[in-house]
Amino acid sequence: MSYRPEAENIIIVKDLVKKFGSFTANDHLNFEVKKGEIFGFLGANGAGKTTAIRILCGLSYPTSGKLNVGGFDIYNEREKIKRNIGYMSQKFSLYDDLTVFENIRFYAGIYGLRKKVIDKRAADLMHKLDMKEARDKLIRDIPLGWKQKLAFSVAIIHDPKIVFLDEPTGGVDPVTRRQFWDMIFEASRKGITVFVTTHYMDEAEYCDRVSIMVDGKIAALDTPDNLKKHYGAGSMNEVFLKLARVKVE
Amino acid sequence: MPAIIVEHIAKHFARVKALNDISFSVEKGELFGFIGPDGAGKTTLFRILTTLLIPDEGKALVNGLDVVKDFRKIRQDIGYMPGRFSLYTDLSVEENLNFYATVFGTTVAENYELIRDIYIQIEPFKKRKAGKLSGGMKQKLALSCALIHKPSVLILDEPTTGVDAVSRLEFWEMLKRLQKSGITIVVATPYMDEASLCDRVALIQAGKLMTISTPSEVIKTYPWKLFSIKSDDIFSLLNDLRAYPGMHTVFAFGQAAHVSFKEGLGDEESMKKYLQGKGHSGITISPAVANIEDCFMELMI
Repeated sequence: MSYRPEAENIIIVKDLVKKFGSFTANDHLNFEVKKGEIFGFLGANGAGKTTAIRILCGLSYPTSGKLNVGGFDIYNEREKIKRNIGYMSQKFSLYDDLTVFENIRFYAGIYGLRKKVIDKRAADLMHKLDMKEARDKLIRDIPLGWKQKLAFSVAIIHDPKIVFLDEPTGGVDPVTRRQFWDMIFEASRKGITVFVTTHYMDEAEYCDRVSIMVDGKIAALDTPDNLKKHYGAGSMNEVFLKLARVKVE
Repeated sequence: MPAIIVEHIAKHFARVKALNDISFSVEKGELFGFIGPDGAGKTTLFRILTTLLIPDEGKALVNGLDVVKDFRKIRQDIGYMPGRFSLYTDLSVEENLNFYATVFGTTVAENYELIRDIYIQIEPFKKRKAGKLSGGMKQKLALSCALIHKPSVLILDEPTTGVDAVSRLEFWEMLKRLQKSGITIVVATPYMDEASLCDRVALIQAGKLMTISTPSEVIKTYPWKLFSIKSDDIFSLLNDLRAYPGMHTVFAFGQAAHVSFKEGLGDEESMKKYLQGKGHSGITISPAVANIEDCFMELMI
């Protein structure tokens, strides 16, 4: 955990441009993410975050630019990228009509883990999340907080180099939201790089570094402390409002 | 007479007790917030108030009208913005607004004053299909449509969920202006920071009301001594504080940890020594005032 300038770059983005017709969703993005860092990727709705994340995950090609994710080239090695990353969003994460165990088995299977490993990791997870009695329950029958924690655990079940979290905590109660961040800290400690978007500005403060996108461009990128100093703000919420308020929809 | 009176409402679904003995009232012209996470029962309650769902037990009145018996009359009096975007995605902005006005037997021109501030922001896109709007614009159109028949009570189910901090702020500014025109507003949100913008709030969790009060009263009732503590390593700080003797709760708040102690316990000097002993640097410890989120979590645990 923590941002170390000398650490290895796990994500390199150079002059990323993505256009949809005449609309430029990503306008010359330039940034690097360090190994093990918790990188907050913030921006107003429509600023271009999802577009950039889809490109970084190998789901969409950029219009131009050089990108490397986890040591792999975004144009030629997309399948390798997909195998080395995890992804979780609030909107979709687990299958409602499969049980807890079936979801774990499904995701671990997709990433090519063997049956023995899957059984072991599933058992470890049930223990760690204190969910043993829920193992054979359908996802739709377990509380939202459990789902979120399980979804995150499943997203990193294959020990990816990077995990992308797209608004992972939307709508969750405040206690669960904090337990979720404990899990993020822990993953980061283990060396997994965390790339996260959120609308909760207190969560921006948990990140090692934060970038703020405005109208397709990165308007600021630094540690939360430096951003607050630079913008003379008491909180990340103020920083965000200062930068993003001038947008036009 | 209050705009909304709810007495002992309960609602069960096959697997869950969604609402459990809920009672409250909302005064005319009040801005009343339901604060709680997903699954707390906010939507079920709102669907009962908007006559879309019949309660198993209890009674609810809107403007003195019963939600079960007088549902037709209530529907004329209320504006409802559901949590999920529910306008016609293949109609344009303008067509949606005209449609809702016509359904309620009015015209856009007749009540334009009420929505002008909001609608003016999406008017440049009035020919665009609603399905092609950005999140913030959809939200403004949905609010315009909910207001176009000049309702006396406006019910908004999580209008700011998934919305960025800037748009959230702007949305609340719009609500404040609407309140000035005399409309009673009931709004649900999972964002604790929005509680302070309401006249009164109900904190709701797992189908039960935990408290109803003004935001400042909620904060005053926080019972424990609270500290805000920082060090250079928040993750270790949280873990070490959880192991600290006598502590009641430890929760992260941005770069600081909020630590509470039951009466008599917790002093700054011993905590500082303890953290130094654990190898922490950059330690700051200061007394903190609880916010709504501290209170909510205290009521939850």
